[in-house]
Amino acid sequence: MSLLVTGLGVVAPTGVGVEAHWESLLRGEHAIGPIEGFDPTQYGISLAGQVRGFDPDEHVAPQLKVQTDRWTWMSLAAATLAAEDAGYTAPEDVYATSVFLASGSGGNEFSQHEIQGLWARGPKAVGAYQSIAWFYAASTGQVSIRDGYKGPSGVVVSEGAGGLDSIGWARRVARRGTPAVLVGGTEAGMCPYALLCQATSGRLSTATRPEEAYLPFDRRANGHVVGEGGAILLVEEPGAARARGAQRVWGEVAGYGATHDAHHHEDPAPDATQYARAIRLALADAGVSPDEVDLVVADGAGTPELDALELAAIGAVFGSRSTPVPVTAPSSWTGRLMAGGSALNVATALLAMRDGIVPGTAHLQQPVEAPGVDLVQATRVQELRTVVVLARGAGGFNSSLVLRRDPVGAAA
Amino acid sequence: MSTERRRVVVTGIGVVAPGSMGREGFWDMITAGRTATRRITFFDPARFRSQVAAEVDFDGRALGLSAQEIHRNDRFVQMAMVAADEAVADSGLRFGAGGADDAPDPDRVGVTLGTAVGATMRLEQEYVSVSDAGAHWLVDPRYASRFLAHALVPSCGATELAVRFGAHGPATVVSTGCTSGIDAVGYGSQLVEDGDADVVIAGASDAPISPISMACFDTIRATTDSNDDPEHASKPFDARRNGFVMGEGSAVLVLEELEHARRRGAEVYCEVTGYASRCNAFHMTGLKPDGTEMAEAIREALGQGRIDPAEVGYVNAHGSGTKQNDRHETAAVHKSLGPAAERVAMSSIKSMVGHSLGAIGSIEIAATALAVQRGVLPPTANYEVPDPECDLDYVPKVAREQKVDVALSVGSGFGGFQSAIVLASPSRRTE
Repeated sequence: MSLLVTGLGVVAPTGVGVEAHWESLLRGEHAIGPIEGFDPTQYGISLAGQVRGFDPDEHVAPQLKVQTDRWTWMSLAAATLAAEDAGYTAPEDVYATSVFLASGSGGNEFSQHEIQGLWARGPKAVGAYQSIAWFYAASTGQVSIRDGYKGPSGVVVSEGAGGLDSIGWARRVARRGTPAVLVGGTEAGMCPYALLCQATSGRLSTATRPEEAYLPFDRRANGHVVGEGGAILLVEEPGAARARGAQRVWGEVAGYGATHDAHHHEDPAPDATQYARAIRLALADAGVSPDEVDLVVADGAGTPELDALELAAIGAVFGSRSTPVPVTAPSSWTGRLMAGGSALNVATALLAMRDGIVPGTAHLQQPVEAPGVDLVQATRVQELRTVVVLARGAGGFNSSLVLRRDPVGAAA
Repeated sequence: MSTERRRVVVTGIGVVAPGSMGREGFWDMITAGRTATRRITFFDPARFRSQVAAEVDFDGRALGLSAQEIHRNDRFVQMAMVAADEAVADSGLRFGAGGADDAPDPDRVGVTLGTAVGATMRLEQEYVSVSDAGAHWLVDPRYASRFLAHALVPSCGATELAVRFGAHGPATVVSTGCTSGIDAVGYGSQLVEDGDADVVIAGASDAPISPISMACFDTIRATTDSNDDPEHASKPFDARRNGFVMGEGSAVLVLEELEHARRRGAEVYCEVTGYASRCNAFHMTGLKPDGTEMAEAIREALGQGRIDPAEVGYVNAHGSGTKQNDRHETAAVHKSLGPAAERVAMSSIKSMVGHSLGAIGSIEIAATALAVQRGVLPPTANYEVPDPECDLDYVPKVAREQKVDVALSVGSGFGGFQSAIVLASPSRRTE
């Protein structure tokens, strides 16, 4: 099942809108900075990738804004941007469009206010919108309602792998007859309680300087920085996209594969077997050989152990190439956006293919040993026809997506 | 790719439901028409509008969980683990063994676990400590459990099941609110149909009986206020219905590709012949009375298995007991089944086990699969006063012996989600 990506909507620490995001990445601007909004000192962390330029009033109607969490505001904004980018308006067949998003931690800030009211002042302090604002399906439901999309909609949760998995599930939806699906997701876990929850993973960097905090594939890697935002993409069945005269095709979703380590509730499997298998499944699905892959956009967890495992997985699949495969981790510029992060990486990969530019990995000055892998330090010009995007979710989720710049499956 | 459609059958069922123990306890209870709704005991509900719930008397240790499994996991995960253990034992499959007909290739085993509100109970309990009962916006990390990162993101539930059974195939949590339990089984079926797995551990779990969940439904009056008669508080389709009764629990099914099940001579409960969902794109909590989108989901789900509406012998209803839902659903069944709706039996087990949000969809599928296998339809308890807007045969109060070839289970949820799944008896005659 081949799908075309016909629209991108980005709300990310790097910017609101796909071009703002891309320009920020190419300029090598740090979107990671001191946490604003509250003092996080006692959580042992001080940095985050917040979406600073986001004004919800520009994107969300007032009556909808009061019913929803920041996470949903970002989804609503990104969904609009994606549809506008695609020139997509709801077709006459109301069932022809689906919303299938990844979710991570739900409506955190909204919920912390309501639960504080409950415990400080009693049940009557809980407002009428708590029941619809915090649960994991809120963004999908609100997008579907606002835009009138009645197709089979869904919500998947696989932590950081969710963005890719939503695309994998969208293929099943499309295979069963729904030609257009909004995919991806956003995340907003920046209130004190959600941040504390994330800090208990022990995987957050305690560094105080942005250039030392989130350093995937660097010898100094010491954890990651939390980010917010994400991306929503419109994917369409090729015939339907052609039939409606889609102006732009960003690329083709050519293959997808997902596995689970099934090793331990917390620790990754000590070998990268299942991660490598997810990559192989996606390549086989796309009918692409490892030699044809021009770039791997990595998960880039930013801890020495997880980075080594990712490089082992990539090495196992691509190690026999005559030239090492280029690998970059653009999330190093934004922080990890959980469910939104892998969706944003798909958008970044499509931008990279459009312009033939590979964004480098932030502050990668002391790369780890990575046989068979070409870690991209500085932004470089390179023609990109086929890009693999990787993602992992805490607990052992492994996902892989193959993107092609020039659709071939569409002809079939 | 083969043009032959891969078919999906149910070969194992596990249930953790209020008022009962395990699959058989659950079946005995719902076919006896016994209700498990009671005054809330988990906390003092005196200050709440709705003070009734269907609670599970759940003892994880007694049901085989380790002390550490209980320590690190929210109740929704614990209940899913217990339900999955029962389902897997029931299926006769040996996971992680490899190399025999009853030992599936671990790479070909998937997990789809539904939940509407995930670890909400754990998140609330921990919140009370770190905020000192809401006194502080800046919560105190010194009072935090180190497993809060698990609780924050419900995918921990799929991980626990994947690890438990060594399932290396695709795994995900499905969180579409109150249709999560149908959607999780639906997605699991799609994994098998699409050739991405041969076996899927599919189900759902929710444990929402906590102050924040009760409070948020209180304010919108979605839950019942029949506090003086908890045993009869859940009254689906009855003219006196006044809201749903919160429940909790889990059900897990083992889904298996038909040939895979045949090769090992597995006992088959039923076949999943179709699954579909639609959104109403209308309102997060409101339903238009016409049931159009749910009817569309039902038609699509029946169509996938080329099943005529007249073949449907039983509809396991969403039947939450809210004014709008039961009317909406009745209209949807009329609209999708046409004249056949007048003969179909339809019941809501929420009258007995309450509404466990995302979990209930899987619990209802379990009930439907058992009904198909055993030729007995569970009743709608407490049904006494007919409502002119709800004019179907709701199997009042007493279970009915009736052979059913094809059954339908439907669900509806906040966000506008409408889902339907079709189960068919393996002995069903087809042309």
